[in-house]
Amino acid sequence: MGRRVTRQEFLLMSAGAGAGFVLAGCGGGPEENPAVQQQTGAGSGKEYNGPKVNLSFWNGFTGGDGPFMRRMVEQFSSQENNIDVTMNTVEWPEYYQKVPAAVSSGKGPDVAIMHIDTLPTNAARQVILPVDDVANALKLKKSDFFPVVWEAGIYEGHRYGIPLDVHPFGLFYNKDVMEKGGLDPGKPPQDKVEFMGALEQLKGKGIQGFWVPTITPGSTWIFMTLLWQYGGELYNEDVTEATWNSDAGVDALTWMVDLIKQGYSPKNVGQDAELIAFQNNKNAFVWNGIWNIIPFRDAGANYGTAPSPEIGSEKATWANSHNFVIPNKRGQDPHKIAASKFFISWISRNSAEWAKAGQVPARDSARASSTFQSLELQNNLAQQLPYVHFPPPVPGIGDVQIQALDPAVNEALLLKKEPKAALDESASQANQLLKENRQKYQA
Amino acid sequence: MATQNVERAEAEPSPRKGLGVGGRKPTDASLLTPYVFMAPYLVLFGIFIVFPVLYGLWISLHNWDYLLPGKPWVGLQNYTDLFTPGSVTFEPFWQSMEATGKFTLYSVPLLVIIPLLVALILNQEFLGRNFFRTMYFAPYVLGVAVIGILWRYLLDTNVGLVNYYLGQLGLPDNIPWTNELPWGWIALVGPTVWWTLGFNTVIYLAGLQDIDPALYDAAKVDGANRWRRFLHVTLPGLRPILLFVITVTILASANVFGQAYLITEGAPGDDTQVAIMYIAEVGLRNFKMGSAAAMSYVLALFLAVISVANFALFRYRED
Repeated sequence: MGRRVTRQEFLLMSAGAGAGFVLAGCGGGPEENPAVQQQTGAGSGKEYNGPKVNLSFWNGFTGGDGPFMRRMVEQFSSQENNIDVTMNTVEWPEYYQKVPAAVSSGKGPDVAIMHIDTLPTNAARQVILPVDDVANALKLKKSDFFPVVWEAGIYEGHRYGIPLDVHPFGLFYNKDVMEKGGLDPGKPPQDKVEFMGALEQLKGKGIQGFWVPTITPGSTWIFMTLLWQYGGELYNEDVTEATWNSDAGVDALTWMVDLIKQGYSPKNVGQDAELIAFQNNKNAFVWNGIWNIIPFRDAGANYGTAPSPEIGSEKATWANSHNFVIPNKRGQDPHKIAASKFFISWISRNSAEWAKAGQVPARDSARASSTFQSLELQNNLAQQLPYVHFPPPVPGIGDVQIQALDPAVNEALLLKKEPKAALDESASQANQLLKENRQKYQA
Repeated sequence: MATQNVERAEAEPSPRKGLGVGGRKPTDASLLTPYVFMAPYLVLFGIFIVFPVLYGLWISLHNWDYLLPGKPWVGLQNYTDLFTPGSVTFEPFWQSMEATGKFTLYSVPLLVIIPLLVALILNQEFLGRNFFRTMYFAPYVLGVAVIGILWRYLLDTNVGLVNYYLGQLGLPDNIPWTNELPWGWIALVGPTVWWTLGFNTVIYLAGLQDIDPALYDAAKVDGANRWRRFLHVTLPGLRPILLFVITVTILASANVFGQAYLITEGAPGDDTQVAIMYIAEVGLRNFKMGSAAAMSYVLALFLAVISVANFALFRYRED
């Protein structure tokens, strides 16, 4: 049941393409993949002059970010008489099951958002189309974007995503709790000495200052950030082996476990408990993603943001990025493709507005805009862009993390296993999964 | 009992009559009649049960991702992996089967006994009986997502209401309900009992109301006390209901997913990751559908064996 493009569909798509181009079979590699040959074609993206179309736009913005995107979509639809965009929101975990199923049954969205680390999996499974020509038509270049993000959207030589934002990890500090602990709320700790000093001071006042989450994803994000800070990597160069059980990994996890053992964090912190405690002035520091800016604000917390403190030997922080993708819809109307390009281009140009949802725009011009510059909390975290890290662009890599790394970090943080033993065990399990994935996606 | 038998005998037509009205020889068309009547069900049964079962078997013999063009035939590999220590799926699968087994073992007795007690109480005449019947049934109308998230927050170790009230009572207020064993099992079984006991209660209530009051009167005349009446009238009268309740509760418990997915999220480690949770993870999130299908058949086989044993046990008692 492979998704073969019929001759008719192929012609229709190419015919609709004004300046659009279709990659001729260059032979070998991904070009044998029919989805790769099927570039999106159609339209320059600068404007849309076709007949009235209705675009369905799917994403997983179910949190504080949802209303912001909805407002942008409404603004776009009211400005553009010929394009109506209907936005559909699904929780991210279900989203990555629903979109492939919808696309394969021909009912998928016309344009969608995906995280940068899921692009390879979805490209390999032919859920999304290469968008090299979208980038060309929109005259988007590496120099328009933050380079790391721009390059991370490439899988097997083709671009699959147009980056919308970067959402780095960072430090949230509760000013009220810091004050109560006798700390200067204007000076968040930025290295290991300052951080441990602050925790010690808070502990003296009976405050457990940094609740360490034990449940994924919060726990794993902190672990990965620390792993990179200690100079480690998740996988080896060709992603055949997990290397998170290196000395760097053991140091990272041990540091987290020690915070719990030494009483700087309560034991057994459950899902989101550290965030709730932060909002309720029980927890001084939360190390989590930039998207918490809006929920914390709405909860009435008096807080600030700062780059991830440097605990290890170098600066590093976990990040992810939302990307526009074009789903591989059978027999897609070329007008809709042209309209989608225009939509992507419009949102991208106006992405400073999106930053208000608690994001850093991927586009340089949006980051330089006065709109973004005025967002202090976002700007503090945007400083980290030069050293953000993403997982490697390999299909199925997310599954390896969920099945092997997440439970290991969980068990260590619940003090049920020694960090090294937990990581060693999970790394060998990951190696098997990596091998299985290679066989699966190469078959 | 006697009256029921009489009624049944009257209602049942003689087998001879069934062949054709007025003793005519059956025509070809009348031979087809029963099948025509059954057709609507058989069509649905075929489409939604038989076909998926066979298709699933076919899937389980492949390395199957519905979106990848290559779905290599692997024969029984997915099954042999499940029985080969050291394979990718062996350890987590049996771990999840064990978790499901434990959950079933802990929850079924409670879900069989507590609803029976509740039904016995609610079967009495007292003021506000209907109100209490509604209240006991009420949680059952909630979805698993609602009760799951509700209890996850109530049972949170550090910010949950349950620990807060325990602390107010001077009891330990740091019990790790959702992320440590054995507390995790209480966090899964407790809410499940609260959530579903209404269903079993309603079934029991219906069964209790079906027992002929004359039998209780007769037992009273014979001098049977409350306990003996329960033992010799109520329980035997409920036997078919009990069989139903036990079978359905075992199957429902063995299919546990939402509670573990939302309340404990499999923690600590994978200890409360139940079978369906792992199968869904492998099949629907990692898209290794062949492997997930094979696991489903192994799980189904277990459940079939348990159900058959259950029926055999009750039939034996009846003889």
